[in-house]
Amino acid sequence: MSELKIAPALEAEHQTHTYHKTYFGFWTYLMTDLVLFAALFATYAVLRDNTWGGPTAGEIFSMPFVLTETMLLLTSSFTVGLAMLAIRSSKRALAFTWFIITFLLGAGFLGMELYEFNKLANEGLAWHANAFMSSFFTLVGTHGAHIAVGLLWMIVMMVKLVKDGITANNTRRLTLLSLFWHFLDIVWIFIFTFVYLMGAASV
Amino acid sequence: MWNLLGRFFAHGGAHHETLVEPKFDILPPPFVLGLTAVVGGLLIFGALMYFKGWQWIKKTAIYIWKEWLTSLDPKKIGIMYIIVAALMGLRGLADAIMMRAQQALATTDLNGIMTSEHFQQVFTAHGTIMIFFLAMGLMFGIINLVLPMQLGARDVAFPFMNSVSFWLFTAGMILMNLSLVFGEFAATGWLAYPPLSGIEYSPGVGVDYWIWTLQISGIGSLLSGINFFVTILKMRAPGMSLMKMPIFAWSVLCSMVLVMFAFPILTATLAMLSLDRLFGMHFFTSDFGGDPMMYINLIWAWGHPEVYILVLPAFGIFSEIVPVFSRKRLFGYTSMVFALVAITFLSYIVWLHHFFTMGAGGDVNAFFGIATMAIAVPTGVKIFNWLFTMYRGRIKFASPMWWFIAFVLTFTIGGATGVILAVPAIDFQVHNSLFLVAHFHNTIIGGVVFGFMAGITYWFPKFAGFKLNDALGKVAASLWALGFVVAFGPLYILGLMGATRRLDHYDPSLGWQWLFAVAAVGVVIIITGVLTQVLQIIVSIIQRKKNLDTTGDPWDGRTLEWSTTSPPPHYNFAVTPVVDRIDPFWYQKHGHKKEAEKPKYADILMPKNSAAGIIIGGFALLFGFAIIWKIWPLVIIGLVGAIVTLIIRATSDDTEYVITADELKRMEAAHLKGSAA
Amino acid sequence: MSKSHTSAEHEHQVTHGSYVSYITGFVLSIVLTLVAYFSVVNDWLIGWSVLLFVTALAIMQLLVQLLFFLHLSQEKRPRFNLMTFGYAAMVVVIIVIGSLWIMYNMRYNMVHEMTPEELERTIIEDEGIKYLENDQTGKHSH
Repeated sequence: MSELKIAPALEAEHQTHTYHKTYFGFWTYLMTDLVLFAALFATYAVLRDNTWGGPTAGEIFSMPFVLTETMLLLTSSFTVGLAMLAIRSSKRALAFTWFIITFLLGAGFLGMELYEFNKLANEGLAWHANAFMSSFFTLVGTHGAHIAVGLLWMIVMMVKLVKDGITANNTRRLTLLSLFWHFLDIVWIFIFTFVYLMGAASV
Repeated sequence: MWNLLGRFFAHGGAHHETLVEPKFDILPPPFVLGLTAVVGGLLIFGALMYFKGWQWIKKTAIYIWKEWLTSLDPKKIGIMYIIVAALMGLRGLADAIMMRAQQALATTDLNGIMTSEHFQQVFTAHGTIMIFFLAMGLMFGIINLVLPMQLGARDVAFPFMNSVSFWLFTAGMILMNLSLVFGEFAATGWLAYPPLSGIEYSPGVGVDYWIWTLQISGIGSLLSGINFFVTILKMRAPGMSLMKMPIFAWSVLCSMVLVMFAFPILTATLAMLSLDRLFGMHFFTSDFGGDPMMYINLIWAWGHPEVYILVLPAFGIFSEIVPVFSRKRLFGYTSMVFALVAITFLSYIVWLHHFFTMGAGGDVNAFFGIATMAIAVPTGVKIFNWLFTMYRGRIKFASPMWWFIAFVLTFTIGGATGVILAVPAIDFQVHNSLFLVAHFHNTIIGGVVFGFMAGITYWFPKFAGFKLNDALGKVAASLWALGFVVAFGPLYILGLMGATRRLDHYDPSLGWQWLFAVAAVGVVIIITGVLTQVLQIIVSIIQRKKNLDTTGDPWDGRTLEWSTTSPPPHYNFAVTPVVDRIDPFWYQKHGHKKEAEKPKYADILMPKNSAAGIIIGGFALLFGFAIIWKIWPLVIIGLVGAIVTLIIRATSDDTEYVITADELKRMEAAHLKGSAA
Repeated sequence: MSKSHTSAEHEHQVTHGSYVSYITGFVLSIVLTLVAYFSVVNDWLIGWSVLLFVTALAIMQLLVQLLFFLHLSQEKRPRFNLMTFGYAAMVVVIIVIGSLWIMYNMRYNMVHEMTPEELERTIIEDEGIKYLENDQTGKHSH
């Protein structure tokens, strides 16, 4: 909530301008993040057969588990969209509900991922076992780290929503958060396809 | 307690692997450097206390904090970038002097002037400093100063992020300098190839210093890339379509596209190397399935765009300077834009030419070789366009034009040797020889350095309010050009004769020593050029009243930045200009326009200062230092501190202040009156 | 006091979608995910065709989400978001495909254990080096 004593016309124009350039700037940042993931994908693609005698991708992934994870994240991408619809219709309580659901789905996804990592580590297949495991843990783990950042961001925004309500500033920030969340689900499509499905298909 | 301090005290000294020990080692031990820094700092503080007193120190410190360190004004941030870059440039130059001296004196009774271990750290530091701190720093500094004004804007798109970028850059700089005192630096070359840079063969802290210096300042660069990209696309003055904006702005746009889509590759690759070193992963190890060649592949996928990131803004600077000093419109605006875009695209498909010899087949080598040669074409178009601009112009040979001529003569040769290297069969002979070293110094010094020197000379009066001494500028440009030829000409010859790079001595029976002696003389000439530039600054400050720029337009410029006073007010333009053509200011002055109406002032919003930038930089520095020495509690504090500061700033709704129309009118009147005095 | 973000006062560079678009996108994404999943897990296709198939499905889901969740098609001109995405996608393809091509090429040339027959076959077939016609000994010097 701006405390500036400023003409409403200037304030509205300023908010519009800020919204558009910030949306574009954040979109651009997401595009650079795509290239970061591309470097990790390329490394995974090159190193995934280097198991140093250990098990291959198809032998270590549980496909139903991964499908469940994928559905959780996909649903959360849907619910964050619904949350933004509620924000734009000024329905604070409804938006809050959808954001909480999104958070729980995302946390569930992350929890399942950590469980999978822990299981692999206990089987002697931690990130330092061979090049394949290193590139798997790093690619999937970087995505997971982004999810964790998104969850933290969601908590911060929920606090702001309670404190300030649906302001122009909060709407802008929530829009960026929803962009981020959609982007992470898009990246996951490719991890799901090229890591898990391709891995299972090679068996 | 012992563990809390990580391996800070566990670390042993540097290994000495020299075959023939030098009689003395010119590099003092780390603790001497540290002591010198501390004693030097105390002496300066003592002198200030004695001559100026505590009140003055307090007042000045508060002034620097409020007006500079927490400022979000890109003009101030730009000046700070240039200062940091210049300081690091001097350190990089010192490295260069030591290397030339070592190779020239290696066969004498002295057996050189440093151990092999030190020599390896010196050439690693030299490359790292020159690329990441001198070149990138000068580039971001000049862009910060000039770009917003050229577009008719008051600031960049994200002023706070701009501040964060600068402080991450500075945090990286400080971290790298700490390696002089605490520990050692990498001894692997400026790109730190594994397996040498892996934990097995470089168990010390040197490579970690290198990794985290680059990671931290690299994030700053990436954020700047996004910032300037959005600024150009979203904050141009009304009427300034993309094809009407200055070519410098186009060159920055293309360079920032390269930054945005290349630096993430560097981030990922450095992260993987540090994961190998910290957590025993196997990306680039020689066993357990790792593949060191993948590192080289990825690092050059970043590394090639990086050199175009540096040179495109230099080209842009010349596109500003040549028309102004030829008093003629830039020849071929559209083809200049196409050339920039072509270079930008092509630089993503040539990176393999840095490792032709690593074992790819003829088909791969041929593809990348042809693509590399293709890049020379748009570059050639640009050079011809500058020359055609000069043709039939009314040329004023002030010192910026001397830098341009030095560039044309020097860079063209460097580009030509690049085309030679692009042929894989030839490259097999000269890869990693001194021929290669001469080529890239030729293009970087001739293109990037001369371009930035020209730009600093050209835009200096805008920000200082007075011109630099022109005669000394011409002398400096001449000394640099001559010094370059004398220093690097011998290296071309040596490379063709088979001299490998990065060796601290060469067998005297080869008969090459006289060439190294000539190269050393060349470096002395370059040093004289640098000293001339230092002298130029001092003399210009002393003579500033004689060279005052009272109009804001000392060169009869063409673009919008020259329509403001020198120095400009912090808001740049009281009223955003409306533009309808290329070179709008020129036509405002010389065209047949109606008398300008009285300016209609309106309230404007400006960003408040913020300490969050420097605080985040500080936490980043703490994080970097702690993770190098594995002091895990400090790592967490650094990371959490930076994140919390960012969250506090990002959720703040009180980040701007208003300048009302009346205040603007008053400030404009006072400003114009003051500058005419 | 501030208003929520309604469309009345200002023109939009990007628009925000509707319940219909989100539900459509969600359903399509689920379908595409399940088809890809079962084609692999139940071996509907095998070998190269399954890899091509799931890649195509992934790209389709990418487009679905860009359209229905991110509303990329509704961006007003100039379509900078779309252009930036296009450029980024191009760079991604260059890095991934380029790295695969380069690394495969380099690994092929790396020295590995070969029987004499394998060595001879490699030289003749892959390098295209033909031996002299009247060399009958079966032994070749290099």
